[in-house]
Amino acid sequence: MTTHSSTTEVSKEPERSEDRQGIDEIHILWISEGMSCDGDTVSLTAADQPSIEDLVLGLIPGLPKVNLVNKVLSPSLGGEDFLAPYRAAVRGELGPFILVIEGSIPNQNIIEGDGYWTSFGNDPETGEPQTLNWWIDQLAPKAWAVVAAGTCATFGGIHAMSGNPTGCMGLADYLGWDYTSQAGLPIVNVPGCPIQPENFMETLIWVLYHAAGSAPPPPLDHMLRPQWLFGKTVHEGCDRGSYYEQANFATDYNSPKCLVKTGCWGPVVNCNVPKRGWMAGIGGCPNVGGICIGCTMPGFPDAFMPFMDEPPGSTLSSLVVKPYGAVIRRLRGVTNELVNHEPRWRHNKHKLTSGYDPHWRP
Amino acid sequence: MTTTEARPTDRKPPQLVDMSWDPITRIIGNLGIYTKIDFANREVVECHSTSSLFRGYSVFMKGKDPRDAGFITSRICGICGDNHTTCSDYAQQMAYGVKPPPLAEHIVNLGEAAEYMFDHTIFQDNLVFVDFCEAMVKATNPGVLARAERTEAPRGEIHGYRTIADIMKAFNPFEGEVYKEALKVSRVTREMFCLMEGRHVHPSTLYPGGVGTMPQPTVFTDYLSRLMRVIDFVKKAVAMNDDVFDFFYEALPGYEEVGRRRVLLGCWGAFQNPQTVDYRYENMNSWGKDMYVTPGIIVDGELVTNNLVDINLGLRIMLGSSYYEDWVNESPFVTHDPLGNPVDMRHPWNQTTVPVPQKRNFDDKYSWVMSPRWFDQRTGDHLALDTGGGPLARLWSTALSGLVDTPYVKATGHSVRISLPKGESLPETTLEWRIPQWSNTIERDRARPYFIAYAAAMALQFIEEAMGMVRAGETKVFENYEVPDEAIGCGFHEAVRGVLSHHLVIKDKKIANYHPYPPTPWNASPRDMYGTPGPYEDAVQGQPIFEENGPDDFKGVDIMRTVRSFDPCLPCGVHMYVGKGKTLTTLHSPTYGANHG
Repeated sequence: MTTHSSTTEVSKEPERSEDRQGIDEIHILWISEGMSCDGDTVSLTAADQPSIEDLVLGLIPGLPKVNLVNKVLSPSLGGEDFLAPYRAAVRGELGPFILVIEGSIPNQNIIEGDGYWTSFGNDPETGEPQTLNWWIDQLAPKAWAVVAAGTCATFGGIHAMSGNPTGCMGLADYLGWDYTSQAGLPIVNVPGCPIQPENFMETLIWVLYHAAGSAPPPPLDHMLRPQWLFGKTVHEGCDRGSYYEQANFATDYNSPKCLVKTGCWGPVVNCNVPKRGWMAGIGGCPNVGGICIGCTMPGFPDAFMPFMDEPPGSTLSSLVVKPYGAVIRRLRGVTNELVNHEPRWRHNKHKLTSGYDPHWRP
Repeated sequence: MTTTEARPTDRKPPQLVDMSWDPITRIIGNLGIYTKIDFANREVVECHSTSSLFRGYSVFMKGKDPRDAGFITSRICGICGDNHTTCSDYAQQMAYGVKPPPLAEHIVNLGEAAEYMFDHTIFQDNLVFVDFCEAMVKATNPGVLARAERTEAPRGEIHGYRTIADIMKAFNPFEGEVYKEALKVSRVTREMFCLMEGRHVHPSTLYPGGVGTMPQPTVFTDYLSRLMRVIDFVKKAVAMNDDVFDFFYEALPGYEEVGRRRVLLGCWGAFQNPQTVDYRYENMNSWGKDMYVTPGIIVDGELVTNNLVDINLGLRIMLGSSYYEDWVNESPFVTHDPLGNPVDMRHPWNQTTVPVPQKRNFDDKYSWVMSPRWFDQRTGDHLALDTGGGPLARLWSTALSGLVDTPYVKATGHSVRISLPKGESLPETTLEWRIPQWSNTIERDRARPYFIAYAAAMALQFIEEAMGMVRAGETKVFENYEVPDEAIGCGFHEAVRGVLSHHLVIKDKKIANYHPYPPTPWNASPRDMYGTPGPYEDAVQGQPIFEENGPDDFKGVDIMRTVRSFDPCLPCGVHMYVGKGKTLTTLHSPTYGANHG
C-alpha cells in the first residue's frame, strides 16, 4: 500500500531525440487540484483503447514501466503518504516524471494577504495550505514532460469565463507558451470538457513511446494540440454534415438534421468527437443530437454563448448554401426515386426477360 | 441539539494526538480532515473538515443567458455533472413554464439510472472498497484478516467466493478480480449513459425543454442489451457487500459506532414520473410525491415531510466558518414563493456569494464550503442534514413513504423490494433493503450496491415504457418555449451522492441569481454560526478507533472509511496524514460531539 519513489538522479536529457537513451521507468505525477471538477480523471477511467489498468499493469508493449500517482485512483490513504512522490520530485529525488495538470490555474497575485484559491496539501513547515501555483513553480522546471489534461488546464475553460472572480487561466498562459520541459518538449495540450477518454490515452501513450526512445515527439499544432486529433473540425466528421450541404436544417431538437440553426458551432470547432464517438464509438455531440458548444476551444465558453442560439457566422453561410442545397436535394430526390425501383425482368412469369444469352459476344 | 449524542465510556486520562489527512485520496475533489485523536481511550475527540478550492460558479453565471445554465453547471462536478444539468433543466422548466414531452423524461431517467449504476460501481468497488480490501485490512487489522480467512462467506453460492478473505482479495487495487471487473462494468454503464445523454460526464443532448437524443429503436436496444450484460454483476455486488459488512459487525463488536450519527437524512427525490410532472411550483408537492425515488426528510427515524415545497422553504445557507462575506444586508431577490409563502434571506434564492480568500484558522474560518442547514419549524433547529452518501437517504425516504409501487420496485413502509430479471448465470432475484438500526459508516456503504440494483430495476421499467411510446409513434422529445423577462425556478433532484437543488432567478431574460446546492456542501460543511458541526465532522467526532496500529504507524482507516462512506465529491480533496502525529502539549477537555454553541 506504499507509493514507491525511486531516488535516481534525473539525467539531463540531450536536446536531440535520436541521441537519447530510452527511459525504462517513468512516473506520472497527476495534479487535479487546479480549478477542476476532476472530470478529466474520471474520463480517463472510461478509456478502453487502451485502458488505464492496461497501462499501469504494463500490458502495452514497448512502453517504460509507469508509476501513476493520481489522487482519485491512489490506493494510498492520503496525506503525506500520498504526497511523498510529489515531495521527492520537488527535492529532485524522483526519476523522470511526466507532470499532468488538471484544472484552471488561478491567479494568486490578485489576492491580498494570506488567502488561496486552491491548494494541494500543506506546507510541512508552517502547516498552511500549499497553493497549486507553488507546486507548478516547483515541478514544471524538473518535469521530463508536461501534459495539460482538459480545457481548463489547456486554456482556462469554464472557470475563466467573463465575470470570474479568480483570474484563472490555462497552464501555458501561466508557464508561458514557449515553455519547454527537461526533454525539450512544449506543454502537450489535450483539450476537451472533459477530455475524450481515448484522445487523452492515445496522446499520453505517444509521449511514453517517445520516452522509451521509439517515437519522435507527438506532432502538435500552434495551440500545442495533437495535430491528428484536432486538425479537423467537428463538421468535417459529423454524420449530419450532409444535411447542411443540402441546406436541410433542424429548427428544434426533435430533428435528426443539421443543428447549426439551433446553436451548433461544429463547422468552426477543432475536435474529432463526432467521428470517434465518446467511448467505444458510442455517443458524441451533434451526431447524436447535442449541439457543439466548442468545449475544446481556446475561446470556450464565452465565444460560443448563448449556446442555444444560432452562431452569427452560420446565418450567412447557410444562406449561401440554400439555393445550391435546395436544387441538389430535389435532384437527389428524383434519382433516389428512380433507384428505388427494381428492374422489369424480376418476375414470376413463364418467360425469362433478363436478356440472358449464353452465346453472347461483343 | 442537532448533532449526535455523546456515548458514555469508562474514561482513562486522555492521550491526545493531532492527526490530519490532506488531501484525502479516492474521492472527487479537495478535502482535508483534521482531527484530534485520544489514543488512551481509542476515539476521535475533534474533527474539522475543510475544502481548499473556490471556483465561483454562482459569481460568473450572473448576467448570462439562463438557457446556458445546464451546460455551465455540469462543469461543477466531474463525476455527476449530468445530475447538475438535469437539475438545472428542472429549474429552468419551472421558470419557463415548459413541460418536456414524456419520452424526453424517460430518456433523462434512463441516462440518470445509468449514471447511478456507473458512479456507485466505480466509487464503491474501486475507491471505497480499497479500505476493506485484503491489503488494507492486513495493514490495519491483521487479526481481522486472520479471522476472515477462517470465515466462510454465507452468500458464496451467489458471488462464488468461499471465504470473506477471498472477497477482500478480489478488491485489491489494480490486481483483484472484482476491482478489475468493476472498472469494465463502469465502462459498459457509461456507454449506456452516452446512448441517452451523448457524452460523459458533461452531457451533450440535454436541453431545457427536453432532449436532442434521437429516439430510434436502436438506442433502446443498445441500452437494454448492455443493461442485461451487467445485471448479474449487480446481484453479486449486493451479496459480496452484505457478506463483508455483516462480517465486520461480527469481527469487531461495536463497529456500528464508527461514523454513527443521529438519523438526520435528506433526500430530494429522483426520476420524474413523465405522466404527472408539469414543473409548476404550485403543484410541486403532488408531482414530487410521484417521483420514483421519494423525497423526504427523516429525523430520528421519523418522516418529517416529503413535500418539496416544505423542503424548499426550509433551506437555509449559513456561514460561520467559511471564507465568504455575509449577504443578509443585501436586498432580497425573492420575498415570496409562487404560493405566497415568505422566503427567508438565507434561502439560496436570496444568496449573494462574495468570496474572501484568507488564512485558514480552525478556530474561525477554515473552508470554502458554506453550511447548508434545514430549518425545522417544529423545534426551531437548523438541522445539519446529511445524505447518507446518497443511497441511504434515498432508500430510507422511499421505504418510509411507501409510495413507490412499480413492476420492479416496491416500497413497503419499512423496506424497499427490488426485483431483477434472470441474467447470464443467476436466476430472477428479489432483493430487500430494510431500514437499518443506525445511520453509520457501514450502512451508508451497504446501501450503495442496493441502490445500483434499484437504478437497474427502474431502468427496466423506463425502457419498457419508452419503447412502447416509440412503437406507438410518440417520438417527440423537445418542447419549444420563450424565455420570460422575469421568473424564478427551482429544481430538486438526487445527485449520485445525495440531495441536489438548483435555485434560479431571471430578470431581463438574464440570470440575476443562480445557486446550486449539491450534496457535498451538506455533508462536508464546516461548523455553522451556531457552532453546529457539519455531518463529516459530527460523524467522525466521538467515533471509536478499531485500527490495531498505535500513533506511530497509525493509518486512520476507520476515519477514512467514515469520510468515504459519504461519497465525498468536493471538486476539492482530502488527504491523509500517516507520518507521526504531533502530540499536543496542552490537553483540552474535549467536547464529545456536542454543540459548541
